[in-house]
Amino acid sequence: MFDDLRDLYQEVIFDHNRNPRNFRVMENANRKVEGFNPLCGDRLTLYLNVQDGVIKDASFQGSGCAISTASVSLMTEIVKGLTEQEAEQLFEKFRQMTTSNSEEVNLEALGKLAVLAGVREYPARVKCATLAWHTLDAALKNEQKAVSTE
Amino acid sequence: MNMLNSETIRRDFPILDQQVHGRPLVYLDNAATCQKPAQVIDAMTRMYQHDYANVHRGVHTLSERSTAAYEGAREKVRKFINAASSKEIVFVRGTTEAINLVAQSYGRSNLAAGDEILITAMEHHSNIVPWQMLCQQTGAVLRVAPIDTRGELIFPEFEKLLNEKTRLVSVGHMSNALGTINPVQQIIAAAHARNVPVLLDGAQAAPHMHVDVQALDCDFYAFSGHKLYGPSGIGVLYGRQELLEAMPPYQGGGDMIRKVTFEETEYNILPYKFEAGTPSIVDTVGLGAAMDYLTEIGMDRLAAHEHELLLYATEKARKIPGLRIIGEAQQKGAILSFVLDSVHPHDIGTMLDSIGIAVRAGHHCAMPVMDFFQVPATARASFAVYNTKQEVDVLMEGIEKLIEVFA
Repeated sequence: MFDDLRDLYQEVIFDHNRNPRNFRVMENANRKVEGFNPLCGDRLTLYLNVQDGVIKDASFQGSGCAISTASVSLMTEIVKGLTEQEAEQLFEKFRQMTTSNSEEVNLEALGKLAVLAGVREYPARVKCATLAWHTLDAALKNEQKAVSTE
Repeated sequence: MNMLNSETIRRDFPILDQQVHGRPLVYLDNAATCQKPAQVIDAMTRMYQHDYANVHRGVHTLSERSTAAYEGAREKVRKFINAASSKEIVFVRGTTEAINLVAQSYGRSNLAAGDEILITAMEHHSNIVPWQMLCQQTGAVLRVAPIDTRGELIFPEFEKLLNEKTRLVSVGHMSNALGTINPVQQIIAAAHARNVPVLLDGAQAAPHMHVDVQALDCDFYAFSGHKLYGPSGIGVLYGRQELLEAMPPYQGGGDMIRKVTFEETEYNILPYKFEAGTPSIVDTVGLGAAMDYLTEIGMDRLAAHEHELLLYATEKARKIPGLRIIGEAQQKGAILSFVLDSVHPHDIGTMLDSIGIAVRAGHHCAMPVMDFFQVPATARASFAVYNTKQEVDVLMEGIEKLIEVFA
């Protein structure tokens, strides 16, 4: 019945929505930023432990739609072990993937994150996927104030 | 009263005859805006093709025709809501502008620091923010009457909040997020007992029930054309004549003046005093055509049809495990707001769209209502005169299927 949506709701997304990874409060976090999408009410708190410019640990709490939950879950997995600069570069690639057409974007460089490429066909849902990354960006820039996608 | 035939009605709405994502469109986002019958579209096209010119200006034929059509629409609105005089019908862009007009014109000239404006906890942002702005400008205070878990106003609490400092009550006739129809007659009687005027935000109520401003005895009534089968960009502020007479203009410009010199300006009579600039002429004529259309159907028949749809949908929705209806007031309009245990409203919206069903997912411009029910958002199906039980079946089947997909 929902065949048209297979590109958007891939099995990996359902999996991360049902069982989000790194879904916990981080006691020893040294970065903590809130992300909020007022349009749909998605809220998340992102925790990072950054040592010597390297993201040692990443976790989150919050509630959101399947796309935003899967996106932040995947993100916390993939950024662990990256330098802050590498994470920022990945954000830029992710942003390109979700907003431009496929020929310009090297999906291989995005690894698992490529499952979220489908959102570019759904302009109203792009913010669901990018909320996690805007929040990460704020955390890396050490901004204290909450991030909003509006 | 014979029931209306929605199949005949559907033929009046050209947009409904289409497929979305390979399936027949099921349009259930009527509380956001509803579709237009050919009668409205044709009236507007005819106006542009034959009669269009500026109003209240020229002595030429087209200007006279346009003026007659524009003022004719005002009379249709007057009749539709049973106002005493067409001077009490002010054309604005929509409900939002109507409320802002009252806040800035009536509010700024009648409220001072410490005075109170009373609203309810179920208001749309457009019946909250204009008052907050007025409070910032004047030092007045916004008071909010609470609601209960069914989504009904707690009337005794409302009454307690009415006091000698209350200068204005502004409440939604019907809630866009919950469907609740407020006990407006009780509200108005309680406010009038203290000589407090009442504004009713009729954006949701006007399309779903017969509104009689004299029977209601309200002081202001605001509604939008686009939710009432008319075009967007046109709405109505009804105001009691003596209140409107005493109010200063909202905006300055052409049409709202009688005589202008650089030293002094004499304002025009009602309702033109509040209609600065060239109005939305053709949209107004379209709104008039929508009133004709609805009058022909009969608002009571329309209301009966929608009520039956709501009961049918509510009964079916209650049988779906994990579905929680948000807003279960005794008196309720044709709005079914709900959440699912396992699926976020935004995902519900996208999934249903993929099978041709348009519902709204979000906070419905009523964030305080979402906070009260502790949900980030809801999915909302809202019904109109052209919706059918078959469409409710398609919706419910879609919800059941998407729950399976997410399980």
